[in-house]
Amino acid sequence: MSIAEDLLEVNHLKKYFPIKSGLLNRTTGYVKAVDDISIQIRVGETFGLVGESGSGKSTVGRSIVRLIEKTEGEVKFKGINVYDLGPEELRKLRPQMQLIFQDPYSSLNPRVRVGDAIGEALLDHGLATRGEIRDHVEEVLRSCGLSSYHIDRFPHEFSGGQRQRIGIARALILNPDLIIADEPVSALDVSIQAQIINLFRNLQETRGLAYLFISHDLSVVEHLCNRIGVMYLGSMVETSSRDELFQNPLHPYTKALLSAVPIPIPKLKRERIVLKGDIPSPANPPLGCKFHTRCPFAIGRCKEEVPEFRDAGGNHFVACHLA
Amino acid sequence: MKNLLEIEHLSTHFTTEEGTVRAVDNISLRIRSGETVCIVGESGCGKSITALSVMGLIEEPSGKVVEGSIHFGDKDLLKLGKNELRAIRGNEIAMIFQEPMSSLNPVITIGEQIIEPLMVHMNMGKREAQKQAIRLIEQVGISRAEQIARSYPHELSGGMLQRIMIAIAISCNPKLLIADEPTTALDVTIQAQILDMLRKFKQESGMSILLITHDLGVVAEMADYVIVMYSGKIVEEGEVVELFSNPKHPYTRGLLKSKPIINQRQDELYSIPGQVPNPLELESSCYFHDRCDNCMAICRTDEPALKEITIHQKVACWLYEEGALHVHS
Repeated sequence: MSIAEDLLEVNHLKKYFPIKSGLLNRTTGYVKAVDDISIQIRVGETFGLVGESGSGKSTVGRSIVRLIEKTEGEVKFKGINVYDLGPEELRKLRPQMQLIFQDPYSSLNPRVRVGDAIGEALLDHGLATRGEIRDHVEEVLRSCGLSSYHIDRFPHEFSGGQRQRIGIARALILNPDLIIADEPVSALDVSIQAQIINLFRNLQETRGLAYLFISHDLSVVEHLCNRIGVMYLGSMVETSSRDELFQNPLHPYTKALLSAVPIPIPKLKRERIVLKGDIPSPANPPLGCKFHTRCPFAIGRCKEEVPEFRDAGGNHFVACHLA
Repeated sequence: MKNLLEIEHLSTHFTTEEGTVRAVDNISLRIRSGETVCIVGESGCGKSITALSVMGLIEEPSGKVVEGSIHFGDKDLLKLGKNELRAIRGNEIAMIFQEPMSSLNPVITIGEQIIEPLMVHMNMGKREAQKQAIRLIEQVGISRAEQIARSYPHELSGGMLQRIMIAIAISCNPKLLIADEPTTALDVTIQAQILDMLRKFKQESGMSILLITHDLGVVAEMADYVIVMYSGKIVEEGEVVELFSNPKHPYTRGLLKSKPIINQRQDELYSIPGQVPNPLELESSCYFHDRCDNCMAICRTDEPALKEITIHQKVACWLYEEGALHVHS
């Protein structure tokens, strides 16, 4: 496979959750959690997916690995249509794309030693024999900044940062090409967060990993990602290269997000776009441009017409009538 | 300016099966009228326990304020009886928490919950309190106030609930507002709204704020004076511009360096090695020594005292002690 080829290609992905109510449990509507999202990730690249709560960013990650089933659209991994696979074929593909979650503690069994928790996937997938496992686990622990004596300990004996290292080790041992990391550093303290961000970076350089990095924190995303997509209420509002997005944001929502991030420099003068109101419910999103209810620049057209997601030049995509 | 709150040599300990945790270990701080003081630190540093100690909310018998005094005006809060303390709490000192949902009663309407303190502390009649409740809801930037007053907590979003908490907190015109990670659970665009609102109320009413946060960005936006805590102790404190532009303690410097900042990209982030020490295993030493780039022999054996090094800054670090070996990075 050439470097320029897409490792992951998501085309017009949609995920609607039915809302059921009443005595007969009829479907009375849909939460359009993900509504027509497209993403391309190349080998060794990091794509940052940014959005606030309810934007659908986690649902995108889960639909890609089929932890939940899509409603519409296409997910291609190394050219293979993931949704065409049967259960057995899907199982064989899974080691190549791994998920890491925000809270590693809840995905670790408290009674299983971490060495076993990390090694079990290898056995499951028949990628190593019982005798070889310990060596593999020790190696992956080392590359995640833990020591071999940690193998026989239980999850509760580790701090939050170390648990996230275990979560990463568990994903890494299968030698994946793509890691989907869902808010992996959000629960960590600043000093530990920096350690884990550096670990993600180093692993990418040594192993040629690609990441889909899902986060609400723009400063973390800027640090790690090559390309960034900004989601709002299930739709992508802007996608571009990192430099372009931070220097020349086109969508008012992206601008507002950037201006809302607190910067640790006291008495800093900067222009701030304070958005009014709350994020509307994804079960009942506004018509037209979904952002128009909070947009300080909205005009009449925004209330009626859904803006097209179009290339504004240089592979910088935006969905806004005014951009 | 007069000191509104004066904490002197406060220690709060917790007894666990494995031993005693000195969650807050001999700290002193002052808040003047109209001032915003931020306590910043990572999980377990004692910043929330400091706030809970002020409010008299440390749960006995496992936790106990073992030493010190907390003067609010001319009263020592630690010497007050339950009823006297209750008269001050929610009235002259109000507090908001990270999770508004857990501080509101799920089966009572929002309106009722705002009315209650008004009737208890401000001696308002029901009708008057109801009118005031609507005014308060409007004041925190919520439209359709009457409808919101009739709804229950689960019907509102996190950002709305935090606004309601602020409405309740400011309803009795407190002199001091203690805010413990008030925006940590909120999205950034909502966080910006809430911080703006807190600044506005502070300006209008002249109240003081004790803001507890782990986010240095929030500190820079809000604080007049900053206190940095580590493992139950104050390691550095100072006026906000001074502390950010000229941090002295290696921990403060490390924290500031390890936070990624928008539009200031670095190839590799600085990270403080290791992790916070186990609070049960603390021995006489600088608690930061095994993570410190500038560690000296004395740091492993002796605890540095918090000392004034300029008029605006205090630091607890052997690097700045006369007579100790000076190493400059």
